Amino acid sequence: MNSYPEIADKLMSLEEAVRRFIKDGSQIALGGFTVTRNPMALVYEIVRQRARDIHLVCHSNGQALDVLIGAGCVKRLEIAYGGNGRYAPTCIRFKKAIERNEIEFEDYSNYQMSLRFLAGALSMPFIPTKSGLGSDVLNEEGFSREVRNEPKVANKKYALIQNPFSVEEDDVVLLPALTPDVTILHAQYVGEDATVRIKGLTFADVEQAKAADVVIVTCEEIVPRSFIRLDPDQNTLPPFFVDAVVKVPYGAHPTGCYGFYDYDPKHLNLYKKAAEDDKLFQEYLDEWVYSIKSHEEYLEKVGKDMLLTIKADPTLGYAPGLDRK
Amino acid sequence: MRYSDNEMMALAAGRLIADGDIVFAGTGLSILAATAAKHIYAPKAVIFFETGGIDPALLEIPMAVADLRVMSGTCLNAGLIEAFSIAGHRKLHTIALLGAAQIDRYGNLNTTSIGDYHRPKMRFPGSGGAADAASLASGVIAFMKHEKKRFVEKLDYLTSVGWYRGGDTRQQLGLKRGGTIAVVTNLGVMKFDTATKVMYLAEYYPGVSVDRIIGNTGFPIDVSKALEAVPPCDNELHILREVVDPQRLLTG
Repeated sequence: MNSYPEIADKLMSLEEAVRRFIKDGSQIALGGFTVTRNPMALVYEIVRQRARDIHLVCHSNGQALDVLIGAGCVKRLEIAYGGNGRYAPTCIRFKKAIERNEIEFEDYSNYQMSLRFLAGALSMPFIPTKSGLGSDVLNEEGFSREVRNEPKVANKKYALIQNPFSVEEDDVVLLPALTPDVTILHAQYVGEDATVRIKGLTFADVEQAKAADVVIVTCEEIVPRSFIRLDPDQNTLPPFFVDAVVKVPYGAHPTGCYGFYDYDPKHLNLYKKAAEDDKLFQEYLDEWVYSIKSHEEYLEKVGKDMLLTIKADPTLGYAPGLDRK
Repeated sequence: MRYSDNEMMALAAGRLIADGDIVFAGTGLSILAATAAKHIYAPKAVIFFETGGIDPALLEIPMAVADLRVMSGTCLNAGLIEAFSIAGHRKLHTIALLGAAQIDRYGNLNTTSIGDYHRPKMRFPGSGGAADAASLASGVIAFMKHEKKRFVEKLDYLTSVGWYRGGDTRQQLGLKRGGTIAVVTNLGVMKFDTATKVMYLAEYYPGVSVDRIIGNTGFPIDVSKALEAVPPCDNELHILREVVDPQRLLTG
């Protein structure tokens, strides 16, 4: 494990990364988006270590969000979208938790959440936008007054100002910055110097990482310094933002990872069926999370055949012809 | 040739996209319509996704806006902030294709919840990028199932602003452009009066009576300007089935 002396202090197991950095009550941002590049291996470890009272701050997180909510790790949620494409038009455990009044939640939009992360990344207290003017996304407050007084919660959902540079009436929305305790994300490559390279779309991962106090990156591969520095235009984050690196091949499964593997339709359908029923969902967690001793064991359970089936074509970045029904 | 509701809807919406439009697409009908438009009516249209995939090859239909297929063969792979900078850019004529659970006569949309927001009877995914696209784009085309419970006097939650309360109230909010330009349903196509911004029936599909549309709309709707829609021709259906969705994931 310590064959990369440059990041020996950052390289660790899933178990250690969660034990050291994820606390009960932590505010956490998840990288990825719906069915793609969710840091699932790390999320499963959070569930195994039974973290509680997490405050999730999300744009459109799919699978990771749903598993964390379903496993009872989440107390509070700021979110733009809880859906998982065709496999769950509305994330199922998310939907149940809200309808059963089990979590505190507040809605924003994707752009608004991305801008709030950007504000955090820029060390600014708030950020202006025109997005959402007149909508209930702004006007309906999800959090109570008591929640607003708690740490890491903005004391207002938004503020409206008159454009100070215009003599005409022109309303502008101000959104509070987000500075999560921890951002967790999954990348294709981390250099042995801890430089991060994400391939395909970066979503809001960069803003989420720079806004956070601690960044945990799980990755498909750790690559030599000579490789990562040969083509730096391709890189996403410099090393000093990264606090922990965990090498976990297929660490985003059952979500996809551009250039490496597609999402796993069979598993997402299996999950969907389990998530609809409380008892089946507990059995799913027992079978796929609690009883799993290592990531290798998890991959064995998924099976070689499926790992080959979802393997991405290197040019297209996905698995062409994959049965996605 | 026989055709499905989905095919009629995708083509009805696709016909509304102009050549050169920059199209903010979602999944399902939205991606079918956008891709059909590009292959049939608007070859210079560009499809992009809120996740940051700009002009992907779309050899296969993406099942989510973060599907790996939206990052393949693109001119640019970026992220959300870049994508929304395009959605709202003053140089670009951008059209957003959005689905919703509820719509009102001014084309405002609900994709958040039914019942009380804090303790909903039914929770949906939420805004995602819909509220943003509705705020920023040059226009929105909405897809709806045409049912009384969905075409309502008052939304349970206003996620995405259309013409707000009609007239020039959208502009008064501070939104300088945009608004819902059309609603495409399984029964017909609705548009909005240029002055009052109230929804009216523009087209009813072949085989659908105007009375059926009135009966499935939860508020009074002007049908005096309605014409019968042109049914899909063989070429349109062929392209939709063989080029746009060769795996028949959405065209059935």
